[in-house]
Amino acid sequence: MKNKMEINHFSFTYKGAKAPSLNNITLPVQTHKVTSIIGPSGCGKSTLLRSMNRIHDLYPGNTYEGEILLLDKDGNQQNILDIKKENEFIHLRQKVGMVFQKPTPFPMSIFDNIAYGLKLTGLKNKHKLYDYVEKSLRDVALWEEVKNRLYDDARGLSGGQQQRLCIARVIALKPEVILFDEPTSALDPLSTLAIEEMIFELKQNYTITIVTHNMQQASRISDYTAFMYLGDLIEFDHTETIFIRPKEKQTEDYITGKFG
Amino acid sequence: MRLLVNKIAIALSSLTAILGLIFLGWILITLILKGSTALSPYIFTHDLVNNGIRNLLWGQFVLAGLASAIGIPVGLLAGIYLQEYGNHTRYADFIRDLSDVMMSAPSIVIGTFIYAIIVIPVGHTNGWAGIAALFVMMLPIVVRTTDDMLSLVPTELREAGIAIGAPKYHVIFHIILKAAKVGIMTGLILAFARIVGETAPLLYTSGSTIYMETSLSQTFPSMTVSIYNLATMPDEKLVALAWAAALILTIAVLALNLIGRFLIKDRRL
Ligand SMILES: Nc1ncnc2c1ncn2[C@@H]1O[C@H](COP(=O)(O)OP(=O)(O)OP(=O)(O)O)[C@@H](O)[C@H]1O
Ligand SMILES: [Mg+2]
Repeated sequence: MKNKMEINHFSFTYKGAKAPSLNNITLPVQTHKVTSIIGPSGCGKSTLLRSMNRIHDLYPGNTYEGEILLLDKDGNQQNILDIKKENEFIHLRQKVGMVFQKPTPFPMSIFDNIAYGLKLTGLKNKHKLYDYVEKSLRDVALWEEVKNRLYDDARGLSGGQQQRLCIARVIALKPEVILFDEPTSALDPLSTLAIEEMIFELKQNYTITIVTHNMQQASRISDYTAFMYLGDLIEFDHTETIFIRPKEKQTEDYITGKFG
Repeated sequence: MRLLVNKIAIALSSLTAILGLIFLGWILITLILKGSTALSPYIFTHDLVNNGIRNLLWGQFVLAGLASAIGIPVGLLAGIYLQEYGNHTRYADFIRDLSDVMMSAPSIVIGTFIYAIIVIPVGHTNGWAGIAALFVMMLPIVVRTTDDMLSLVPTELREAGIAIGAPKYHVIFHIILKAAKVGIMTGLILAFARIVGETAPLLYTSGSTIYMETSLSQTFPSMTVSIYNLATMPDEKLVALAWAAALILTIAVLALNLIGRFLIKDRRL
């Protein structure tokens, strides 16, 4: 079976930067698996993740080469770097959802936070909307906590609840891939655990890529791990292999805490 | 030594603060004392020609209201452009600088400018000219507040909107503006309060009249201009009426400012 996403010889340079932030990265992202990206601060993890739904394109002037392939339902691979039209971007982002480090509830009710994206896809039927909202909130184990205050401002939720709401918002659109950029680094241990369990559940239906600074987290939840250093992909393998017998010295030094 | 300097600094700044308060209190007390003598329900139901201020209130709020009705949407859109589309471009920086310069232009200069381009060609003072002058005064304030308030909205919120497949304009109008709503509303109220009490831009543009007027192409009643005119009249009754009008205007502007401040406080909660 083909990989859900394939990053091939991908290099990325920010506007005005002298050196590229990513050098010739090749990384497969397997269907319905969790792939984690680890590495010291500034090594390019976010840059890589943000290329996978082309959110970088909000800011013009960055340059890149190589290809990032996305497998569609019919088994065709599309190079997402070729996308130029606004509606194709919208389509891409509905297929490749993203959850950020800081929770980003929209300034509207809990219900509307989830309904917002659904309405954009053309869903107008009130009952259907409600069903989708309920289902997504159940998927992130938030329903019981908020069912009595669906129409309250989402910014009144706790940080952990807000982050689960943001995940529900993404899931509601039924994406194929979900990108997480350090989704738990702003949360307490209990909320972190809840989100980790959820990611573990989600991989049955979604392909997941997660950037994390937390080594235990990577080893707990991911099937594959990529280690990056200074814009290079040093090593990619099964998570166990990376953590138990890495091939590269740099990987070993990083996971044993010698640097980073 | 440093202690002494510190003490002197504190003493001087407290003194000036107290001086400021004394003058403010003095103004308010004078206004209330002199303004309340002519204050009665009668003046709200009669025009200046019959020793009332009905037409002046109407005129002042129509001029400021219509200037806002044009200035607010134009300024909002310009502010949105600066922060959301043109940010970091030289064009946007130029417009920002221009707005700052316009904001600090003396209001009499704006009045004289409108006088030259509208009143002289038309041949007489008129409502539209007054609206134009207030519009020019208000526009840069609205542009800069919108710009500033939008800049306080975290980038992540914009990215989160884009990341769930919303087009950029949709993110701006349904998410970012909502997030900045309170700040922008506050700015708009303060901008309105600013122009509603202006005299200089209206002096040569709308002029003022003692009669009720509904046509904006005629000389239009203005409370501030009439206060200015009445204050120099020999008739004591008319001077008292000017005081009453000044009191009412001051209360209105103070109320608007208080609402504005209240909203700001609310936002920081
Ligand atoms: N907008 C930008 N413009 C220019 N350079 C940038 C920009 N964003 C990031 N960089 C640079 O690109 C490199 C990679 O940054 P990136 O944010 O991808 O690192 P990261 O691995 O996610 O780090 P962290 O773990 O701290 O989040 C860094 O050297 C950073 O300074
Ligand atoms: Mg990062």
